[in-house]
Amino acid sequence: MFGDFDTGVIFDNLHFLVEGMQTTLVLTLIAIGGGLILGTLLALARLSRFRALSFCAGGYVNFFRSMPLILVIFWFYFLVPHVVGRPVGGFYSVLVAFVMFEAAYYCEIMRAGIQSVRKGQIYAGQALGLSYAQNMRYVVLPQAFRNMVPILMTQAIILFQDTSLVYVVGIKDFLVSADLVANRENRILEMFTTVALVYFVICLSGSLLVKRLQRKFAR
Amino acid sequence: MINLKKISKWYGDFQVLDDCSTQVEKGEVVVVCGPSGSGKSTLIKCVNGLEPFQQGEITVDGVSVGGKDTNLSQLRSRIGMVFQNFELFPHISVVDNIKLAQLKVLGRSDDEAHKNAMRLLDRVGLADQADKHPAQLSGGQQQRVAIARALAMDPIAMLFDEPTSALDPEMINEVLDVMVELAKDGMTMMVVTHEMGFARRVANRVIFMDEGRIEEDCTREEFFNTTRGERAQIFLSKILEH
Ligand SMILES: Nc1ncnc2c1ncn2[C@@H]1O[C@H](COP(=O)(O)OP(=O)(O)OP(=O)(O)O)[C@@H](O)[C@H]1O
Ligand SMILES: [Mg+2]
Repeated sequence: MFGDFDTGVIFDNLHFLVEGMQTTLVLTLIAIGGGLILGTLLALARLSRFRALSFCAGGYVNFFRSMPLILVIFWFYFLVPHVVGRPVGGFYSVLVAFVMFEAAYYCEIMRAGIQSVRKGQIYAGQALGLSYAQNMRYVVLPQAFRNMVPILMTQAIILFQDTSLVYVVGIKDFLVSADLVANRENRILEMFTTVALVYFVICLSGSLLVKRLQRKFAR
Repeated sequence: MINLKKISKWYGDFQVLDDCSTQVEKGEVVVVCGPSGSGKSTLIKCVNGLEPFQQGEITVDGVSVGGKDTNLSQLRSRIGMVFQNFELFPHISVVDNIKLAQLKVLGRSDDEAHKNAMRLLDRVGLADQADKHPAQLSGGQQQRVAIARALAMDPIAMLFDEPTSALDPEMINEVLDVMVELAKDGMTMMVVTHEMGFARRVANRVIFMDEGRIEEDCTREEFFNTTRGERAQIFLSKILEH
């Protein structure tokens, strides 16, 4: 079976596969960025002393954390076109789904990060006359973010793997592209081995980076 | 300058401050001492509104700290505060620590804030450390930077909460020297400290607190030379032994 393992099929379709990887990476990066921004705002809302605000943010987080990601993807695929009143294409609906879904997880990470900043730091910012927003922006959030970098990265690696779920709404990410090539050229073994290797290398490098960062921050 | 009228504060059922009244005139240095848990930190944090209080009134330069219409951020920007654990911002450099509030609160230009920061670092003897991060400095150096950071706002008064009690003994004097100089320059100061040497040198008045109450509030001469209440006497003999 391995006798006719043909690596040529990879190079023949390299352009197509790279395009798929681009989709995967763009999706991952935007979901990280958007999820982090929305998640941080949610974390601030959860920690707010306005009860209604923290209640709503808490509801949001608990809701999305109880939903399977695949359901959320489906849901937004059918919902977003209704909301904006015209078809938007699978890619945008999936982007919205990932940002909203990841935000729930990033919210909890950033909330722990904010709580890890010593109370004295907040006093110091206040004593200098910084407003609440300024104190958050310049004193608390940078430290919260730094304390949480390893966990945020771990979440990003999970997210990178989870983006493969977009096949359910027909987005051509890396996995789907490889699957198309595999079926067209009848080279299933070659393609799925390649896909596995690529995911493995990227995620392993990510984990090693996290370990290094952890050691660096522990010092 | 600073006026406290019948301040009371509770944490739940527990009364931390009980009817505290005192005042600090312009240019005066008032030292606050007392046993651990007597409410010194709480009292001094009430002065710039870091801690809310339930009863009484505090005014600083005529502005009511607890007042509904008071712009608390603006008032705080005019009162410097130095903490026991320095509380420099660890993620930015020493000079940026001193520039941050000048830029964001006072709206100074980068150039002006930088010049001012360097002038103050020079004043506390740390101009050569400007680009380091706080963690690279010794405790004494960090506390001097914290004083420079507070002074950068051109405060009308300075509050100190045990500025030397987290320091190794050999670093205490470098911080006290900066504070003594400040006092001699006429800065209005309220200082929680057990450094009675400092009190003897520059304090106009000494306040002794116990169990949330101001038990003694007298001039330096009275405090050190006359017989006081029993608790103050015991407390003072304990800290003077060191
Ligand atoms: N957030 C809080 N909740 C409940 N009780 C508190 C809180 N903060 C302080 N206390 C209590 O209030 C009392 C006064 O505290 P405070 O920190 O003002 O004392 P202190 O005189 O500064 O003591 P120290 O010399 O140890 O710094 C203490 O008994 C303390 O346990
Ligand atoms: Mg204290």
